[in-house]
Formats: sequence, structure tokens, C-alpha cells
Amino acid sequence: MKYILMMNCPRTGYDAFGAWPKKDIQAHIAFMIGLNKDLKESGEFVSAEGLADPKQAKVVRAGKDGAPITDGVFPEAKEFLAGYWIVDVESTERAYAVAARASTAPGPGGTPLNMAIEVRQVMSGPPEEFI
Amino acid sequence: MNLSDAEHLLRELAPQVLGAVIRRFRDFSAAEDAVQEALVAAAMQWPEEGLPENPRGWLIQVASRRMTDLQRSESARRRRETAAAVYFGYMEREMEQDDTLILLFMCCHPALSTSSAIALTLRAVGGLTTAEIANAFLVPEATMAQRISRAKQSIKSSGVPFRAPTEQERAERLRAVLHVLYLIFNEGYASSIGPQLQRRDLASEAIRLTRAVRTLLPDDGDVAGLLALLLLTDARRAARTGPDGELIPLTKQDRTLWDQDQIREGVALISATLSSGSVGAYQLQAAIAAVHDEAARAEDTDWPQILALYEPLKRMSDNPMVTLNYAIAAAMVHGTSRGLELLDELDGDGRLAGHHRLDAVHAHLLEMAGDHQAAIARYQTAAGRTTSEPERNYLMTQAARLRESLGIR
Repeated sequence: MKYILMMNCPRTGYDAFGAWPKKDIQAHIAFMIGLNKDLKESGEFVSAEGLADPKQAKVVRAGKDGAPITDGVFPEAKEFLAGYWIVDVESTERAYAVAARASTAPGPGGTPLNMAIEVRQVMSGPPEEFI
Repeated sequence: MNLSDAEHLLRELAPQVLGAVIRRFRDFSAAEDAVQEALVAAAMQWPEEGLPENPRGWLIQVASRRMTDLQRSESARRRRETAAAVYFGYMEREMEQDDTLILLFMCCHPALSTSSAIALTLRAVGGLTTAEIANAFLVPEATMAQRISRAKQSIKSSGVPFRAPTEQERAERLRAVLHVLYLIFNEGYASSIGPQLQRRDLASEAIRLTRAVRTLLPDDGDVAGLLALLLLTDARRAARTGPDGELIPLTKQDRTLWDQDQIREGVALISATLSSGSVGAYQLQAAIAAVHDEAARAEDTDWPQILALYEPLKRMSDNPMVTLNYAIAAAMVHGTSRGLELLDELDGDGRLAGHHRLDAVHAHLLEMAGDHQAAIARYQTAAGRTTSEPERNYLMTQAARLRESLGIR
């Protein structure tokens, strides 16, 4: 069963992260590298990506002629996707356990951030025969 | 001997050779590497120089030589251990057990997680490359490599011996093997949509492996039943999806696309096993598949016979999924109200609570009963609960079709 684990952060999250002391930033990065390494070793890793600062983000729509119209990020958006993991696991419980571990990534002073991780199943299940 | 003949023969021999080498040297990982090298050597030499007199023996010899080389480079202590293992290995050798079967029992050991057992079986017994298996399950190759290597590791650490199961273990272990083969088939068959050709190969692979097990255990009714079930189900493969991978239900399939050779083979197989001895769940399911396959048109389906076959299946396994299918058959024989009654019982039972399949069947029977409003709601609930994309598309389309027929926009 494949799940996507989505890590959201507040609009100001990237700036705040950049202002942490060096050792806290390093600890956070090391935690993420360790998590990915463990997922690879357990044979559950499908993919993982971190996303660039939402300040660079644009919202795109097609205009009447189909050409892209770009716009800044919605000002009302409070949360942004910061990164995600896709894992292939034996059970839903295991997906939750991985998410819980990601949630404990260390923040300033090494305190766990306990970030909210959104867990969604990927539609990769096999269909059944219908009468 | 041409290249594809050599390839075919090598795939057939690979698990036997691997089994033999593991038996002698007691080291799964090293044996696999050594056998791999022997296979590569054979693939290069045989088409040019012709087939050796005893191809299996040739491969075992080359792989064993490689194993000995590997072991020479290890410590003396390790060598002594191996010497003992080789000695005991030869002792067992006299028992003339079939190595492919033992290898299969090992790969499907209950100590392994299902996904590990599947991966290891395809690798060690099926002879698929790690890349092919990774491709089939749509995960990165490194992830699959890791899964396989962990599976081997857990076999090693759990101390599963390379030997035939005892008489007591045998039935349970064979059940585990058949279950893994069934899951491999289902992964390939159920997902054989659109351009995902590699996944389709899993269904063929499962059939090939089940055939191999049947050659080893020709008198086993469950093995024959599973093979028949796979053949009779797979026979409909070309008809079950449309050009864009959309699901086509059994009643709407173009039955001229069904593979008649496979149906004939499956029917012959199931007829032969049903008449000889005890009847297990795979045989019953195969018999049900045979009844579907033998109907030239959906309306010719012998539903009373299907219902009769579901009766013992229901008694045999307390599985709500079986009851669900039983409800469909009951509706076809005794009318939709009987089917809906059974579904209400399942609703109350709770074990299928939140399962899309219960809602989907409910929707279908409600539609048959003419209660289109309620059917729409059930189709939509089912669509929201499935984790299969083609299935969701199918269910949403059903709901939309009914809404249109009722003039709901």
C-alpha cells in the first residue's frame, strides 16, 4: 500500500528555519537524511522531495487562449507544502508510524517540532472484478 | 540451440540449481550470486557451444565452484562450518527431495511479510531481475533490492532450515505458497490496465510458477484448483478493460475476446480435480469461474449452479467477501430482495464496514431493483472509498449514468 506523507509549514516557516542556530539546522537536516536512509533500508522508500521556499511559488491558470497566467501565491494561504514522502508499506498503521516519526523532526534547541503530517493513500490499489 | 530456447531452459533450471546450491552451502545470498554467475556463463556459452549433456548438473557445478572460490577467501573457522554443512547437505541429498519446491517453501515462509515473500519468490524461484520486480510494483529498484536482501536476512536470522517441511507443517506451508502465488497473480491481473505491460507479466509469471508446482505435486487438489482458477480468470484478461484502461464489468465484456484455449484447459483441470477427493476453496472458486467462462452470453450464466458452489465455500471460510459474492448469486437466482437482505446482514456484521466493495455491490443490486436514487448514493460512497483509480472512475461513471437517466444534473 502506498501512502503520501505531506509535511506542511506555515508561510513564515522557511524564514524561521533559516534563522535557527547552525547546530539546530544541522540536526534537523541530519534527522531528515536519517529518516530517508531508514526508509530505503527497510525497503519502503518510493520517493521523497523537499520543496523550495513558497516565496518563489506562483499560481498558474490558463487564460482564454490557453497561455499561462501566473500570479503570486494566494495571500490568504496560511500553510504550504514543504515536502513529501511516498512510502510503500504493509499497513496503514505503519504509514502512520513513519509520519509520526517525521513529525518529531527536531526544531530549535532540539525540541521535537511535532509538525502535522497529512497522510493520504495513493490510488494504487488493484481494482476488483465487477459483475 | 537458439537464444530464446536457452533463456527458457535457464529460467526453468534456475530455482532447481539455486535450491541445490543453498542445500550444499547454506548461504542464500552467496548462493544466489554464484548461481547468477553460472547462469550468465551458460547464457553466453550454450547458444555458441551447444547444450551440455546435463545442463542442470553443469550449472550446479559451475555455481558450486564459484561458491568454493568465495569460501576459500574467508576464514578457516568459516571453512570448517561450511565443511560440516556440506557434509550434512550431502546426507540430505540422498533423500532426493525436489529443490525447487523446498526453495518455494523457504521463500513463502510465514516468518516473512507478504511483500517480502512475494519479492523473494519472484527473484529466487521466478528468476525475475530485481529491476523487473521493482518495475512491476512501481517502486525504485534500490527499494526492491533492499526488500529482497532483508527477506534473505530474515530467513537467515530466523534459522529457517533448507529442508522439506515435516508432514505436519506441509499443509500449512503449501497454503502459504499458494497464497503468495495467488497474490502475485492478482497484482498482475487486477492491475493489467493501460500501458502497464510489465505488471501484466506478473499474472503470467504466477501461472508459470503454479504450473511448476503442479508438476511437482500432480496429485494435490489445491494446487490444481489454484492453477485452474488462475487460468479461468486470466482467460478474460483481454476483455476486462477497454482501450483506455477503463474497467468493463463481467456482464458487459466482449466474450469473443476470452481465451478459449485457456478456458478449455482450466475447465478440464477443474473437472478432473473435482471428481477426485476433497474439495478446497481454490477448487470451488475455480469451478465458479468456469461457470462464468462457459456462458456464451451474460444472460446464459448458470446462476443456480454458482449459488450452489458458493454454499460450501461460505461454510468453509468465514470470509465476508465470500458472503458478498454469495449475495450477488442469491440475487440473480432468488431476486434482488433476497440479495439486499443478505447485504443488510453484512452491513450489520461490521467486518466490511467502510469497504467500498460492499457499497459497490449494494449499488448494483439497488439499481437492479429499480431504486436508482439509493443506487446513486451507494455508487458515490463506493467511489469515495476505493483505492483503485480505474475502479473509482468506473463507480463515478455508474453514478453519473443513473443521475442522467433520472434527469438529475
